[in-house]
Amino acid sequence: MKGSQLLINKLKENGVKTIFGYPGGVLLPFYDALYESDIEHILVRHEQAAAHAADGYARASGKVGVCLATSGPGATNVTTGVATAHMDSSPIVVLTGQVPTQAIGTDMFQEVDTIGITMPISKHNYQPRSPEKIVEAIDKAFYIASTGRPGPVVLDLPRNALEEEINIEDYKINTDIPGYKPTTKGNVKQIRKAIEVINNSQKPLILVGGGVILANASEELLEFATLTNIPVCTTLMGKGAISEEHPLGLGMIGMHGIETTNIALTECDCLIAIGCRFSDRSVSNGKLFAPNAKIIQIDVDPAEIGKTISIDIPIVGDAKVTLKEFINQVENPDTINWTKHISNIRKETEPEISFNTVPLKPQQCIKEIMEAVTDDTIITTDVGQNQMWMAHYYKTKKPRTFISSGGLGTMGFGLPAAIGAQFAKPEENVLAICGDGGFQMVLQELATIKENDLPIVTCILNNNYLGMVAQLQRLFNDYVYQTKFYDNPDFVQLAKAYKIKGEVVEKPGELKETIQNALKQREATVIDIRIDANELLPIVPPGSALNQMKKEFDDVEDLE
Amino acid sequence: MNKENKHTISILVENKTGVLQRVSGLFTRRDFNINNITVGKTAEPGLSRITITTYGDNRTLEQIIKQLNKLIEVIKVREMKPEQTIRRQLALLKIHAPTEQDKSEIIQYTNIFRGHIIDVTPKTITIEISGKPDNINALMDLLRPYGIKETAKTGITAITRGQKTL
Repeated sequence: MKGSQLLINKLKENGVKTIFGYPGGVLLPFYDALYESDIEHILVRHEQAAAHAADGYARASGKVGVCLATSGPGATNVTTGVATAHMDSSPIVVLTGQVPTQAIGTDMFQEVDTIGITMPISKHNYQPRSPEKIVEAIDKAFYIASTGRPGPVVLDLPRNALEEEINIEDYKINTDIPGYKPTTKGNVKQIRKAIEVINNSQKPLILVGGGVILANASEELLEFATLTNIPVCTTLMGKGAISEEHPLGLGMIGMHGIETTNIALTECDCLIAIGCRFSDRSVSNGKLFAPNAKIIQIDVDPAEIGKTISIDIPIVGDAKVTLKEFINQVENPDTINWTKHISNIRKETEPEISFNTVPLKPQQCIKEIMEAVTDDTIITTDVGQNQMWMAHYYKTKKPRTFISSGGLGTMGFGLPAAIGAQFAKPEENVLAICGDGGFQMVLQELATIKENDLPIVTCILNNNYLGMVAQLQRLFNDYVYQTKFYDNPDFVQLAKAYKIKGEVVEKPGELKETIQNALKQREATVIDIRIDANELLPIVPPGSALNQMKKEFDDVEDLE
Repeated sequence: MNKENKHTISILVENKTGVLQRVSGLFTRRDFNINNITVGKTAEPGLSRITITTYGDNRTLEQIIKQLNKLIEVIKVREMKPEQTIRRQLALLKIHAPTEQDKSEIIQYTNIFRGHIIDVTPKTITIEISGKPDNINALMDLLRPYGIKETAKTGITAITRGQKTL
């Protein structure tokens, strides 16, 4: 059997139904085998989108996403998606073509050192140089991508390995990985210590990151939180781990976090951090972070423990497994006064999101989005103000329904991630919330949407600015430079060119109606939402403590 | 650099293409420092041992070890504590020695430091010396006045004292 056929068989064994890809010369043997198989290949318009789509697929479904790119430029284009998945611990397997083994190193046409390039931005990579090595590498890749702290694994496939024919029974297949043994069960003594601190705390707080979602531990989280009556805040990646409408679900922390969470973090005397990595955007000034708290950190990746913040009780383990232990062992701390205090702050600081103004306030847009969707609707965001408005104001109810590029902050992520999410959940409604900047980085993927009849609703929060950077310039530099688009295209006409419905939304009420119609018709729609460019996000200025949030911007000049 | 912040780390790795790049790339990417490095095969087929000397505070050392452990092809990582570790280095030194008197002095020094003369020409003597890094440096200090024309040094390799193994 040929290497390419063995590869397809192995992919199927690992449960692959969909591949997002873009062909090229060295991949011809692969496409030959793919043609005969029942694996669905989604032809994107740029390899970066293939990786983001695989990523979106993985985040929406919890399964490993798979993408494919050819050698050379295909591989370099895909790298942004690999790094994005790496930073957010998303399990994807990235297949890249490579020139034949004997030509490697000769600067052959479309040759690039994919292994070297992807080494620092992937969990691992392999270059199987013969068919039996492909068979080994696929199993290892799926195992590594999906276990421990998940992440992208790159398989660089030299053409000859795809073409050679072997009798696989003649080979001994060794898929042992001696250096890879992730710890899932937390240390018993450490757990006991943690429980003691929790039991004796008066103001405990849970902080959850993407690790809880990756470990499918939302049920355990909710059980632990309600059992102990401890409030829960999340990082951006943890959004959806607990419903933000639950009395204990406070929302997101950080630079653009919810005021209540940032105050709670500053006041708490015990912080139970689960599956989060204390990024600079979440923590702001590390020295002033949770200053009164004993910090318990649970993470499957030992290297995340104590990396940026000093930890009192580290526990290396899987979020789900450890939370179950916590549920078994915890005695209820007395938190009534504390939760009452927190809910009072929450009420007092609840931001206003209804604005009957033109141009539209982004808050009003988010409100209308929330009114138009259900708890199961999958939201993807781009990066920038659009993302932070959504993260701040949109109340996520369920895990895997809020998909966003957190660590790498990859503009252009939203639309292709929505494509991946839609393939993962064909029956679900999927909304891509973009800015006018990020959308224009990947708008060619409207063709992929059209070609596959995907009912994705793309909402462009259009202010003709690279709003996030413009906001920083306005707040801290007193000028706006190279962050304004003076002549954006007509997004409705653009959608039309791709044979997709386009709508302009300018007044309150219109967005909700437009989204509802689009979802009802299950029709791909691009909505150009004209928003107020002057609107600024609540922000913790860099270097400040989290409770020093700036919400009033009277001192900032309006844009011209 | 503070000497107390100097650490020797032994890393047992799968002997696969690119493993050295993974290890050294990690040091670059995370802004760790490599003072010197040696690599060699072990008695067990398929396994190599990398010894790295590095500088850094305790938090950095902890991160180095943890991040190295995350590399899939790394099987074991251990900090080699100075008091329990034997550290050795090899140096080949080509010394300017145009006169008989120079030669005889250099040979004497070399013998004192338990080095070997491995090549002689009318104008040079080449010495092989292995031992503790400090000893090698001491010999080099003595020979410097004659003119060290060329130095080839390995990194430091290390092994635990006593019965314990990596």
